[in-house]
Amino acid sequence: MKNPQEIFEILSAQFPDANIQIDASLPVEPIISVNPLKINVISKFLAENNEMLFDSLMNLSGVDDANGTKTKDEDGNDVINGGTLSVYYHLHATKLNHKITLKVSAPRENPEVESVENIWKTANWHEREAFDMLGIKFLNHPDLRRILMPYDWEAGYPLRKDYKNPEFYQGMKVTY
Amino acid sequence: MALKTEELVLNMGPQHPSTHGVLRLELELEGEVVTNVKPHLGYLHRCFEKHCEAMTYPQVIPYTDRMDYLASMYNNFGYVVGVEKLLGIQVPERVEYIRVIMGELQRIASHLVALGTYGLDIGAFTPFLYCFIDREKILNLFEITCGARLLYNYMWVGGLSHDIHPDFVRLTKEFIPYFRPHIKELNDLLTYNKIFIERTVNIGVLPIDTAINYGASGPVLRGSGMKWDLRKNDPYSIYDRFDFDIPTGKNGDCWDRYYVRVLEMEQSLRIIEQAIDQIPDGDVQSAIPKRIKPPKGTVYSRVENPKGELGYFIISDGSTSPFRVKVRAPSFVNLSVIGEMCKGHLVADVVAILGSIDIVLGEVDR
Repeated sequence: MKNPQEIFEILSAQFPDANIQIDASLPVEPIISVNPLKINVISKFLAENNEMLFDSLMNLSGVDDANGTKTKDEDGNDVINGGTLSVYYHLHATKLNHKITLKVSAPRENPEVESVENIWKTANWHEREAFDMLGIKFLNHPDLRRILMPYDWEAGYPLRKDYKNPEFYQGMKVTY
Repeated sequence: MALKTEELVLNMGPQHPSTHGVLRLELELEGEVVTNVKPHLGYLHRCFEKHCEAMTYPQVIPYTDRMDYLASMYNNFGYVVGVEKLLGIQVPERVEYIRVIMGELQRIASHLVALGTYGLDIGAFTPFLYCFIDREKILNLFEITCGARLLYNYMWVGGLSHDIHPDFVRLTKEFIPYFRPHIKELNDLLTYNKIFIERTVNIGVLPIDTAINYGASGPVLRGSGMKWDLRKNDPYSIYDRFDFDIPTGKNGDCWDRYYVRVLEMEQSLRIIEQAIDQIPDGDVQSAIPKRIKPPKGTVYSRVENPKGELGYFIISDGSTSPFRVKVRAPSFVNLSVIGEMCKGHLVADVVAILGSIDIVLGEVDR
């Protein structure tokens, strides 16, 4: 059983070029942030290393950080430019009983994150949901389609903070 | 002359009695054997997570009711535990005991629906009605407590919406000896029924490693033989004070998943028996904060919902409404494993497998 600080030290020794940082100032749980294009190898290490054995991905959530520059368009709707979208991974090792939270941030204009579907199958639907809701592209995902929204939804990604409700859906006026 | 065969795609749902709501399964068949299952979700999507961002923390609670509408109490429970962790507040003992009792009653009620409708899926109509008689008694207990029978909005951050009714303890104590023989009755009616066993044993076998890898939890994981229950393995509230067992299955087939639920009802009764006599006096609303404004930070809190691991990932930006709420819905994750379970079985078995996962579409689609 290891605490997040120890895991952070092992990870940064193992992957010196993955830009690994820890934010331990948060009140409930520290968060280890890593490079979005290294998450697959790091996850593989975390799942297979004998001291880690993170066999369970409890949760995977996409988040719009809304940290870009905010402007208004002519109709008064928020528009965000720049900044990042993030994905949080909550991992748990059922045998060793330790937990960590990983975070990756990708630029809003081209949010590309490596998929971890080949390590934890449960990530398949969670990643599809993050793609559906926030437009995060998971590289090497076998089946990246919308999951909760209709397949023909063209109005963008609902959980982005600057999402604008569409006026029409399939030619029908939508009232709110 | 060789027989020419080709793959057949069969749509099951969205309106099919055995899908327990609006779910469409696209079955790829070779003859009558299923080679692949593609679930299509989202028919009941109500943007829960988007709504949360526009609500204050207490205003989210009625929305959580409407996710797993068969276990609303426990959805409230999971959410308030998360927000309380973020706020760092301790709730009074009386509140904790009442929450546990309500949660366990809700677990029995939810399992009764799961078991009853499972019988219904397989073709046994009577056990369904027997289960609903008992569930009705539990709903009556909830009704005298908070006035609602299905969607309670009962657990609030730091407390409860109402104290328990003066008759609640007496009625609950009467319910336990009334209900216990009914578990045996259910076993005689359905569990050991020969037709039922033939339909469920060795159907949809889920090996334990696959179950963990797919994130399965609750009775689906325990049915595969993993002794895993968050009430014991990652205790929250006051579950560490009670003595109860974690029932597990052996083969990981449909019958095991079903039987784990039957055994869990007995364990829930044990917890209620221990808790009901210990409820201390106190004010259930004394710890409710006037203004809920958690500090900046994130929390992932998980509780053992009747369906499995219910997690809330809440990000606070220091304002009165959450910046982001992501729900790890147990039905959603458990449903994702259906493809593995159905491969090589017949179309009729898909109904049995789907019923044994016990999904609620309100929670899958949120």
